[in-house]
Amino acid sequence: MSNAAHAPIIEITDVSKSFGSVTALSGVNATIREGEFFSLLGPSGCGKTTLLRLIAGFEQVTGGTIVIAGKSMKGIPANQRPTNMVFQSYAIFPHLNVAENVGYGLVRKKLGKDAMRREVDEALAMVDLTGYGERKAHELSGGQRQRVALARALVMRPKVILLDEPLSALDKKLRDQMQHELRSLQKSLGITFILVTHDQEEALIMSDRIAVIFDGTIAQLATPEELYRRPATRKVASFIGVMNFLEASATGGGNTPYQLTISALGDVEIDASRAPDRLKASDVTVVGVRPEMFTIVDEDTGNFERQVQGKVTSTDYYGDMTYYTVALPGASNPVTISMRNTAGRAVAREGTQVTVGWGADSIVLLE
Amino acid sequence: MPSLSQDSKQGLTLLSPTLIYALVMLAAPLAMVVMFSFWTQNYLDLDRTFTIANYREAWTQPIFQVLMWRSLKISVIVTVTTVVLAFPIAYYLSFHVKSRKALWLFLITVPFWTSYLLRVFLWKVILGYNGVFNSALLNLGIIDEPLTFILYNANAVVLTLAHAWAPFAILPIFVALEKIDRSLLEAAEDLGDGPVRRFFRITLPLAMPGVVASTLIVLIPTVGDYITPKLVGGTDGLMVANMIQIQFGKANNAPLGAALAVSSMVVVAAISVSIYFAGKKFGGKVK
Amino acid sequence: MMGVIGRFISSNWLAVYAVAYMLFLYAPVILLPLFAFNDATIIAFPLSGYTTKWFDLLWTTEALHGAVRNSAFVALSTALISTLLGACAARSAANHHFPGQKGVMGFIMLPLVLPEIIVAVALLVMLMQLGMSLSLWTVIAGHVLICTPFSIAILSSAFAGMESSLEEASFDLGETRWGTFRRVTLPLIMPGVISSLLITFTISLDEFIISFFLTGTDVTLPVYIWSQLRFPSKLPSVMALGTILLVVSVALLFVAEIFRRRAARRQGAGPGSTQGLV
Repeated sequence: MSNAAHAPIIEITDVSKSFGSVTALSGVNATIREGEFFSLLGPSGCGKTTLLRLIAGFEQVTGGTIVIAGKSMKGIPANQRPTNMVFQSYAIFPHLNVAENVGYGLVRKKLGKDAMRREVDEALAMVDLTGYGERKAHELSGGQRQRVALARALVMRPKVILLDEPLSALDKKLRDQMQHELRSLQKSLGITFILVTHDQEEALIMSDRIAVIFDGTIAQLATPEELYRRPATRKVASFIGVMNFLEASATGGGNTPYQLTISALGDVEIDASRAPDRLKASDVTVVGVRPEMFTIVDEDTGNFERQVQGKVTSTDYYGDMTYYTVALPGASNPVTISMRNTAGRAVAREGTQVTVGWGADSIVLLE
Repeated sequence: MPSLSQDSKQGLTLLSPTLIYALVMLAAPLAMVVMFSFWTQNYLDLDRTFTIANYREAWTQPIFQVLMWRSLKISVIVTVTTVVLAFPIAYYLSFHVKSRKALWLFLITVPFWTSYLLRVFLWKVILGYNGVFNSALLNLGIIDEPLTFILYNANAVVLTLAHAWAPFAILPIFVALEKIDRSLLEAAEDLGDGPVRRFFRITLPLAMPGVVASTLIVLIPTVGDYITPKLVGGTDGLMVANMIQIQFGKANNAPLGAALAVSSMVVVAAISVSIYFAGKKFGGKVK
Repeated sequence: MMGVIGRFISSNWLAVYAVAYMLFLYAPVILLPLFAFNDATIIAFPLSGYTTKWFDLLWTTEALHGAVRNSAFVALSTALISTLLGACAARSAANHHFPGQKGVMGFIMLPLVLPEIIVAVALLVMLMQLGMSLSLWTVIAGHVLICTPFSIAILSSAFAGMESSLEEASFDLGETRWGTFRRVTLPLIMPGVISSLLITFTISLDEFIISFFLTGTDVTLPVYIWSQLRFPSKLPSVMALGTILLVVSVALLFVAEIFRRRAARRQGAGPGSTQGLV
């Protein structure tokens, strides 16, 4: 997905931001590469929008530096930065029509009427709104407004496009469609996109890399796959997708593999490369297992190298998947197991005894 | 002392011209009025020794007591009349008019953008001995002699002021009624309340802030009104403002006028505060 | 037929009340044109016939012309100054926050609830103490004091209706602060600005008490009218003058209403909406 050879376009070094006595961000370090689709992901109030606004220039950093395209942004206001933003509320100017909205930033460039019209038409075509130029702002639907906001930013040909939760106001079907459209648009244009969202599914689908932010600091910065498979902390693990936590203790680590004793599952050896960098064996109190990394054993799945017995306490049928809650002896909380409903596979009923299969690959070591 | 944030500084700078103007033109003069009320004036000389003689005179002299009392009485009657008469039309506009609310509001406000002075004068013309009302009734044969009780007394003042303040009373009530979530009334109906009970249990309490605003908007300026009592009040209908004006004019006793002004302000403020709190209590209680 | 009317009234009593109330509101106002064209010096029924001589008389009265000029000057100055002060204050209240803001704003809005006579008296006292002489400027000063709160109320509503991210968006797209104000803020608050100008103009035009207390040798129109009310022979011309004032005020209001509707429509509201009016 991402090309590691691409040059950095934004360098965020030791950035902190305080509003009076409230600290919104501290010790933020990140390098965003050119042409990347980069997401800032976190719960409400974590500081992700503040970080976006610092990059955009609507706020100035309290400490640290932000460098965009090799230039320090210290003291540079928003209207002089090579960035453009798509606002959460879209901020479509109500007194201008679509073409005037899209061409708003071009007016200062004094291109001449024809050149400007060409640029505006091109931008409208990019977002599939050809012919909408004369429409008034209040005649547009939510999804159309979002596209106008995007076109208005794209027409400026910025180095970086910033998107502040652009899809949160749309209904589910539209949101899913827009996620794919935004992603393919970004890939075809090659512009760096920075997206702020609280929806982890959205971040996973669209991004090349994601920075997970909790309480004003970056908890983990990685590709979607890495974040999902190898979350660095419990908080990240439970924020992204569903994670089962099982009590465990460990010895070893460092240059040798970890020897884990998991109370519900037994003993297992894990290669040290699979653990977060600074993890010490003595720090290990829980390990994580994703729901799809457990399997309910039947004739189709075959047997697993490691198996335990459990009892199904509830079944949630989602059509294509079924989520089971299974009580394992030795585990203080029941675990969630997901199984795809492939042809012929029966759905296990509540109260049945099942065999749960797992392997060393299923285990995630966490701080 | 902690320094102000950037946002605060910008806000204060923007506000400064208006704030300075208000301090110079409102705070300073009001302070001076209070100061004045503690001095005495002999013809054109101002004696600045501190004294409360003016207040003693204002509160003990029967003529001032009568005037203050009458001003209050008239204002209260005007306020009650105006607000009570205004409520049904605000209600009609909010609940029964579906499509042309703006037009109605416009029509209601139009008469009041004419000169207040002229409107009061017109009521004098209407209610006079040889006036419009009497001459119409005489011509129609309904009465033999012109009516005298309708002009140059407190009744005329009440009628004129109730007319003058009508739209100011209607608007706050209308706004409050518009804000009421209609689904609340539907819920009440669903739970068994008839229209009268719905009105008293839901509509009225929720409209109470508007009623209170309406009451204060009418009461406070009415107490200090000058024109209406002067034109249609005769000797029975004179109010505090007329007496204050005399002190500043012919009687050459500005300090006494100031004391009267301050005293009436204190009384009005006290009444307003109690109305405000009474309204809050009633509005909050939904039985 | 009485039965039909009776039934109509009892089932639609609220509507009947509304109509009766409107008649009550318009009663005095209808009299103005009625007696302005009436050929009689006494304002009473029965009517005597049509004439325009009272209007002709107005045309030749020099003192009236002076009063009209003075009032126009005072009202225009008041409208401009109070709208400017009101815009600054409304913008400060809408976009910024500082400690004690509520109290300070409450103080600035105080003239709304003070009886005009208190304001007039207070200003008079201060001017007396300062030894300043009374003139049209002292009247303007008083009018601005009572009109600014109205301007603030109207413009606060206008600023509140404008999304704050619109100005940020303009900024983000490369505009300067002044450019943003010119291209985004001003067009969006323009209906409010016009509304404020018209309303403060009208309030000042009609204001009597402060003018009465604070005027020097140049009188405003209401003070002039007051001086005429003492003379019964002048009454019909006062009616004529009142008719003209009525027509002018209604025309101004009509224009204000058209602007308000147009602005509301531009922002997408329906034709019956009361946006901006209340």
